[in-house]
Amino acid sequence: MKDRRARLLLALLAIVTVLLVLTDLALGSVRIPLRGVARAILGFDTDSTWRTIVLIFRLPKALTALAAGAALAVSGLILQTVFRNPLAGPDSLGIGAGASVGVAIVVLAAGSDGGSAFFAGLGLAGYATMTIAASAGAFLVLAAILLLARRVENGVTLLIVGLLVGYLAGSLVSLLVYFGSPQKVQVYLGWTYGSFSSVTSAQLPVLYAAVVLGFALTARSSKSLNALLMGERFAEGLGVRVKSARTRVLLAAAILAGAATAFCGPIAFLGIAAPQAARRLLRSSDHALLVPGAGLVGAVFALAADIASQAPGNGAVLPINPLLALIGAPIILSMFLRGSSRERGAL
Amino acid sequence: MSKPDASEAVLSACALRARGLSLGWMGRTERVLASGIELELRPGEVGVLIGPNGSGKSTLLRTLMGLLPPLAGEVRLCGSDVTRLSVEERSRRAASVFTDRYDSGYFSVFDIVAFGRYPYTDARGRLSDYDRVAVHEAIAAVGLESFSERLFSELSDGERQKALIARAVAQDCPLLVLDEPTAFLDAPARVEVFHLARSLAREKNKALVVSTHDIDHALRFADKLWLMDGAHRFREGAPEDLATGGQIGRAFDGSGFRFDLASGSFKSILLAAPLAVSIENGTGPSRIWTERLVERLGLEAARPGERADAIASVAIEDSPGGTLFAIRPAGSDAMIEAASYEELADALRKLSIDLHIKTN
Repeated sequence: MKDRRARLLLALLAIVTVLLVLTDLALGSVRIPLRGVARAILGFDTDSTWRTIVLIFRLPKALTALAAGAALAVSGLILQTVFRNPLAGPDSLGIGAGASVGVAIVVLAAGSDGGSAFFAGLGLAGYATMTIAASAGAFLVLAAILLLARRVENGVTLLIVGLLVGYLAGSLVSLLVYFGSPQKVQVYLGWTYGSFSSVTSAQLPVLYAAVVLGFALTARSSKSLNALLMGERFAEGLGVRVKSARTRVLLAAAILAGAATAFCGPIAFLGIAAPQAARRLLRSSDHALLVPGAGLVGAVFALAADIASQAPGNGAVLPINPLLALIGAPIILSMFLRGSSRERGAL
Repeated sequence: MSKPDASEAVLSACALRARGLSLGWMGRTERVLASGIELELRPGEVGVLIGPNGSGKSTLLRTLMGLLPPLAGEVRLCGSDVTRLSVEERSRRAASVFTDRYDSGYFSVFDIVAFGRYPYTDARGRLSDYDRVAVHEAIAAVGLESFSERLFSELSDGERQKALIARAVAQDCPLLVLDEPTAFLDAPARVEVFHLARSLAREKNKALVVSTHDIDHALRFADKLWLMDGAHRFREGAPEDLATGGQIGRAFDGSGFRFDLASGSFKSILLAAPLAVSIENGTGPSRIWTERLVERLGLEAARPGERADAIASVAIEDSPGGTLFAIRPAGSDAMIEAASYEELADALRKLSIDLHIKTN
């Protein structure tokens, strides 16, 4: 059965994800053997330095990569389905740009008490503000696109609209950057490179709450996502309340992309590539399989990029954004080229 | 308002009824496409909707489905006002197939047909054993059993149309609406779709509404023909009544073609008074195809003695080796023989060219 193969692959992906989390915990400026990692997590008393490194420094980072990767991938999957366009993603529809505006406003235009202290001294409330700002920015852009989507049926027109909204948001950001103080600009630019390491264990629950909420909304919608993939008229004929179903999944996409973008920066690549990879891997268009599939593929890519970001071993940590595309693009490209011509660009 | 249930839908003798219906768009100004529409369709019947482009066929279908509010009048679907049905209720009473192109990804034929069970499955969309049986039955009803695991995107246009119809069958509604189901199909597939529509009506006791540009098939398969004439008028009737009554001709005739009652199809009208060829004898296929050949050459096929000015007369002789023709040009005793349709065409073409040269 086709489904059994897909389920087997999902289980495999889950195992790979767990292995990557463990690897991510083991590698870094100090190498810790997997046994040590396991003992630290399970709470057995081991070398207390290892324990501190694993639990305080590395675990939040790994969990952030896991959540953000999965969130961006599922957000991209939703957008590709709703707009029935394999090129859609949080970024191509201007959603990443919207989130950037939200963050830019919070970071650059915030009160005068200094952006440089933003990451260092940012409490839970600060991060929650940033998440809300990024989510609000993302959702505003989405809402604008949704309003236009009712008038223009054509997906290409919508993408052009998304592109233009992206430029609009980009110009707002550059104005804010132009007038921002150097320290604040530095903080903002650091955010745009993408990083999984700026989330502390105290902030982690905020990210996870947003991601769990987004996933819960999506998981309940796999049936309507399947119908929406076939088009709104088709879905309506099957008894789907198209507008409310579409609003619900787009809200989920905005929360997922907004939260991930707020904490980890605008990571565009995952949102477009991970859903594509999941579709080709599982050879399925069934969202009951694709939602977990895209989530796991996104998590795998994010964790792999995080592991690679500390590979040089000289203590320098590479930015996530360029790494992700550097590792991911060739993999996706080879999947594309191996697939039959019919599959290329399929949803 | 009582909530109608499935048993009421089954018991209802009339699947679809419209009374005093006006169609159109309510904008800044009201644009009426047609008014005073009265129609009725019972289970087991095929209603075929025809009309020139822009006459409002799609608008009528959308109004009948309750997707568009009528300007006046009402539509009753299995006894209840269609505009009062919720999206869910409607999806259990009327299933529709549109001409949309689908980007169906990795969905197989089974997956596509299984969408028809959507109104009945749980929140996660899992199919029960009963749903699976219904899907397989629907696939069998359209004859796609051997295709059920194939990807929908790999099917030919005709197979896709059948799979989409199977999806509508799986939806298990008393009314099926097919909007131009033959639009992208080749000739054999078109006949197949109309046959399928009729057998679904007869064998599964569905009421079918089919809109089409295919007048020929509409006349052959409709239990009720619905004609929108492009001049805000709507007619319901037996196809034969609307054809012989001249309504079809008036709705469609344009410059250059007209509805031909004898053949039930459209023929091009040639510029003023065409030259005629008299066909002397013959019955069955050889006569029909000889007439077609004559018309193809831009000449009129006349019966013996019908046109005194016929440029030639043709006698047909069916022989075991093929059809033979004897051509006698007007005002001449010479006889030209032709051993095939091609030779007949050549001879007639030469005759009409010669005549053309002489008269000029």
